[in-house]
Amino acid sequence: METLISILFFLFWAALVIAVAALAAWLFRAVIIAVSPKNLAKVLRTAPLTASFGMLIILIYVVVSVLAPAIAPFGEREVVGGEYLPWDSTYILGTDNLGRDMFTRIIYGARNTVGIAFVTTALAFIAGAIFGLLAATVGGWLDQILSRIVDVLMAIPALIFALLLLTIVGTSIINMILVIALIDSTRVFRLARAVAMNIVVMDYIEAAQLRGEGLWRLITREILPNAMAPLVAEFGLRFCFVFLAISALSFLGLGIQPPTADWGSMVRDNATLITFGDITPLLPAGAIALLTVAVNFVVDWMLHRASGLKE
Amino acid sequence: MIAQRIGLGLLTLFVISLLIFGAIELLPGDLAQEILGQSATPETVAAFRRELGLDLPAYERYLGWLGGVLQGDFGNSLANGRPIADLIAGRLGNTLFLALYAAAIAVPLSLALGILAALYRNSLYDRAVNVFTLSSISFPEFFVAYILIFYLAQSGFFPSIAKITPEASLAEKLYRTFLPALTLTLVVTAHMMRMTRAAIINLLASPYIEMARLKGVQPGRLIVRHALPNALAPIINVIALNLAYLITGVVVVEVVFVYPGLGQLMVDSVAKRDITVVQAAALIFACAYVLLNLTADVLSTMSNPRLIHRR
Repeated sequence: METLISILFFLFWAALVIAVAALAAWLFRAVIIAVSPKNLAKVLRTAPLTASFGMLIILIYVVVSVLAPAIAPFGEREVVGGEYLPWDSTYILGTDNLGRDMFTRIIYGARNTVGIAFVTTALAFIAGAIFGLLAATVGGWLDQILSRIVDVLMAIPALIFALLLLTIVGTSIINMILVIALIDSTRVFRLARAVAMNIVVMDYIEAAQLRGEGLWRLITREILPNAMAPLVAEFGLRFCFVFLAISALSFLGLGIQPPTADWGSMVRDNATLITFGDITPLLPAGAIALLTVAVNFVVDWMLHRASGLKE
Repeated sequence: MIAQRIGLGLLTLFVISLLIFGAIELLPGDLAQEILGQSATPETVAAFRRELGLDLPAYERYLGWLGGVLQGDFGNSLANGRPIADLIAGRLGNTLFLALYAAAIAVPLSLALGILAALYRNSLYDRAVNVFTLSSISFPEFFVAYILIFYLAQSGFFPSIAKITPEASLAEKLYRTFLPALTLTLVVTAHMMRMTRAAIINLLASPYIEMARLKGVQPGRLIVRHALPNALAPIINVIALNLAYLITGVVVVEVVFVYPGLGQLMVDSVAKRDITVVQAAALIFACAYVLLNLTADVLSTMSNPRLIHRR
């Protein structure tokens, strides 16, 4: 009987959360349609509720990470009280294993974890896209060499390869960023090359070459604009993978190091609380999950739109 | 065709062993100095170098290492000097057990759910499944693991620490490792189901299926006799890709549940910078990954007569 009640209770809360999320997404969509210029509003009107929910969440994360020092009640590394204090009015979400304010660290975590993931994705993306486009445009031996190198790097599972490289170069934030950027740039390379391959064979590219356009101009002015849609969607997906990889490494204690506030290592440091029935350590993990879900929802919509327009 | 693919697979394995071995050569500076620290006397460094065989040329060390690995001798751990083969022996079995356990639940479940989603696509069921899988793909493994611990281990249904001894009976082992296996299942099912759904939908759109439908074949017979034989190749690929994904997923899950597997050993060794152990673990994980992909390719070639009897 008791389990039945708790299950019903859980279902009720789940339904309530979904309803509130749907309402917020609907309101948010109405607001951005109202405030954005006409062509943009036309596009936004086609967004399903999941996509506008995703955009709302991403916006919230960006605002929180920019305004972190203003929102957080305490300092990022400040020890404010006893260890593992329960939730109360001063420490909204209690304190962690060293007596730092959980709520503060979750807010700063938005800045650190998301910021580092973004930088890593950007690095992976720039390197992967440049080499991919170059390989497709130049072709010949350059393409062969780059493609074979990427094949070899991709033959080892990403997490395993990251662990191997981190053993060699040592664990630090910079090293982790470079290692993950290297591994993920191979995936971006594959996509950029594949997309550009289809564009390079078109007549207008040949016309541009005959006109005497240089390699750089050919890539940036002729090929890149036409490859943009799949690349932007890939950026979103790549961000999710990088974000999850960084969180996993930090959770394993090999990524972002303390005392920097970071969601992955926060889960690791406070995991013992879960066995005592306290959900606090789940919150940073949930924050990771929520952002990835949000980005995935938006990317899903963009991919659907891109494929729908072609038909 | 098949022989060619197997040859390519063996070549990949060789290149991977070269890469894993060579990664250390790329290390700036000297391995012995790096491990012993700046305070080591030149004599200790020289002795250490001789012990590791670092004074030999690289290719000779590589051949020695590879020869040892092929006979099951991975050398000694840098941290405690024990033979790596002993460290790995039991753990490899544990990791394989966990991965197979998860696969045994995940494969039938996700194939059934994926085929159903493809058959009733755009229905409410399909959309709910779509949102659910998109969300669970975005969850970090440790989030799923701790949620399960919170709900199932906290209330005493299952143990939160998967401690197993070699003497434990099979039923005992299955019970103790249920939560890690369930975590892996949840993480993998989403991927596998989406890919199955995409493969089946792709197939159902082909003209010969429409022809069969138009001539009045029963829906059940349509699936079993007409669609399934052609769907085998994509389904095999889906399964293999996800089993390969399990291999890396296992690392984080083993750490969460303190499961004595190869992944946990690898993470511990990365933190200690025990390069020889990490090398051995990375080689085993990478080989499993390559062999799975190879098997998938060979099987899907064999399932398609057009690929075997190629004109």
